[in-house]
Amino acid sequence: MPDVKGMDHRAVNAFLRGTDGDCTLTGCCGQRFIAAGMSGKHIRIEGVPGNALGAYLNGGTITVMGNAQDAVGDTMNAGRIVVHGSIGDAAGYAMRGGEIFVRGDAGYRAGIHMKAYREKSPLLVIGGTAGSFLGEYQAGGTIIVLGLDSDKKIVSFFPCTGMHGGKMFLRSDCRDIAFPSQVTARAADDTDRADLRKHLHDYCAVFGLDPKDVLDTPFTVVTPDSSNPYQQMYVAN
Amino acid sequence: MGVEYLTPEYEVIRNENRCIACGVCVRQCANEVHAFLEGTEKIISDDAKCVDCQRCVSLCPTHALKIVKNDCRLRENANWDNDTIREVYKQANSGGVLLSSMGNPKPLPVYWDKILINASQVTNPPIDPLREPMETRVFLGKRPQKVERGADGKLRCELLPMIELSMPIMFSAMSYGSISYNAHASLARAAQALGICYNTGEGGLHEDFYAYGDNTIVQVASGRFGVHENYLEAARAIEIKMGQGAKPGIGGHLPGSKIVGDVSRTRMIPEGSDAITPAPHHDIYPIEDLRQLVFSLKDATDYRKPVIVKVAAVHNIAAIASGIARSGADVIAIDGFRGGTGAAPTRIRDNVGIPIELALAAVDQRLRDEGIRNDVSLVVGGSVRSASDVVKAIALGADACYIATAALLALGCHLCRTCQSGKCNWGIATQRPDLVKRLNPDVGSERLVHLMDAWRHEIKELMGGMGINSVEALRGNRLMLRGVGLTEKELQILGIAHAGE
Repeated sequence: MPDVKGMDHRAVNAFLRGTDGDCTLTGCCGQRFIAAGMSGKHIRIEGVPGNALGAYLNGGTITVMGNAQDAVGDTMNAGRIVVHGSIGDAAGYAMRGGEIFVRGDAGYRAGIHMKAYREKSPLLVIGGTAGSFLGEYQAGGTIIVLGLDSDKKIVSFFPCTGMHGGKMFLRSDCRDIAFPSQVTARAADDTDRADLRKHLHDYCAVFGLDPKDVLDTPFTVVTPDSSNPYQQMYVAN
Repeated sequence: MGVEYLTPEYEVIRNENRCIACGVCVRQCANEVHAFLEGTEKIISDDAKCVDCQRCVSLCPTHALKIVKNDCRLRENANWDNDTIREVYKQANSGGVLLSSMGNPKPLPVYWDKILINASQVTNPPIDPLREPMETRVFLGKRPQKVERGADGKLRCELLPMIELSMPIMFSAMSYGSISYNAHASLARAAQALGICYNTGEGGLHEDFYAYGDNTIVQVASGRFGVHENYLEAARAIEIKMGQGAKPGIGGHLPGSKIVGDVSRTRMIPEGSDAITPAPHHDIYPIEDLRQLVFSLKDATDYRKPVIVKVAAVHNIAAIASGIARSGADVIAIDGFRGGTGAAPTRIRDNVGIPIELALAAVDQRLRDEGIRNDVSLVVGGSVRSASDVVKAIALGADACYIATAALLALGCHLCRTCQSGKCNWGIATQRPDLVKRLNPDVGSERLVHLMDAWRHEIKELMGGMGINSVEALRGNRLMLRGVGLTEKELQILGIAHAGE
């Protein structure tokens, strides 16, 4: 259980590459790129990891006991990142697979350009609220925002701009949210709730929540109207 | 829709005395220009569909066809020229943004053509490359700043990772999706045979081409298509694409119709879904964030891969390059405003960015002034058309050049500039299986190798003429260049004297 206080990111990652299986880092304070591109490790982090935690992550788990910063799980391919606190901006940017579970809030541009491909469908669950530009250019996967223990708007301005794939679930009736014209927002029906239950099973287990409490409230489902949003925009010259 | 006001741009002229109605033109044209007149052996042509790609002309066994510019013109007007008027008609017809392909065709200055190369006369001997060894090999990456010794007094010889090239040229980024499987196969094989690198572009790396990894530069663009750990690991180097000369400041939309089969698999997105490349990397807003992306890629590959940052040549390119050199990048690639593209809005392609010659000279000078030139290598493209362009670029300060249009020409491209249609009759910018198979990778790679072998020899001859026997010794040697017909200001930016001085 190494104390990584004062170590730079290169040293931290060199250490992680040399370990097998489980490992706990204590005293983490802002080291970037922790576990970037790694797989098959189960890392627990005490303290606050720096930007790009688990970038290009290819499997395994990372659990952060506190907050995390920007670009968590950037271009992640597989694995699971659990953050007990809140996360900064651009979480899950372009992630293609795996899961990011956040107990607290997310900053701007969470889930931007998330994708999906064949059996890969990423899942981003935010326990608190999300900042502006949630799911911008979303091309696949599932984003869920729960707004637990919060009076704030579930998501700030301009969610789903340019969304052309995937699905978003917001635990709110969303009357106070303005969606762009190219998506459809509707109240969740029974099928959606069955989906949600499945998606939230692990999340609730990880954070010790009762799924019934989480689900027993209106949800809004947002889907794009077209996977070809810009088809009509051009003329050949 | 009423009359569209668009007369055919080209005229298909068929010599009826020569035509044997064999139907080759009918079968070869994906634009469906030629057709048998129903119930007859006579072939007719619809000029309006012709893009002047010359496929039918090249394959007609009796040379019965030629394509000429339609001389039916609007009344001449130096301000409102024919193309400008047609563009207005097209937009009034459709409401669409004009979309073009390949590089800027406008008659803007080509500085390469206004720069002349020196040769030795009397004062020092020229070198004959047929007789004497000449070094065209270059290494791209950070140079060590000083000689370091260990505690035992021995030299420390660990170098940072570099890209070794047998000659100072690489095939520039063209994604699988914008060009065909066979085009990628040709580039990959040729790069391996030549000991240089090709570049995947932003569409991922097809599994069949992992075998060419040592000669592959993989690109990470804002859409992050096909970017995953194995992709990064497979490469010789990783290129972060911040911009492209043909379309600085904007992203791209590969239409869902081109995201089929292997293209979908390689990009790792569903079939039929548009591939949207956002204009910015959304994890890079100020330039300080670039460092984060550079090091996240280095960390993910355990510092074994050089990182290239590619930007378009724009107004403040020298300051931008200085920022990139300080971000931890190993190589800066700069793409000039004449660079090619599979599709870009016409207005952007033709009006945004600056010439690569000026950008290169400004960047090289700035990095020297700041004492950081050896922290990075410089690669320039857009557009480098010949061995003499390469030699001029190196003398202006480049470490190597990127070529793409020249490589496509070697593969059979006829520069008809309609890549965006996806109906490339030469099997290059298309995903239609019947068209793709027209490009044979055995032939394609051989032609690329021929082209580069010829350029390599020309580079040696040009260098030998100057009495220089290695590319490294030519780099930044601006005394070997003179300008013709350039203003004081242009000469000052290029850092060269006028011919006769």
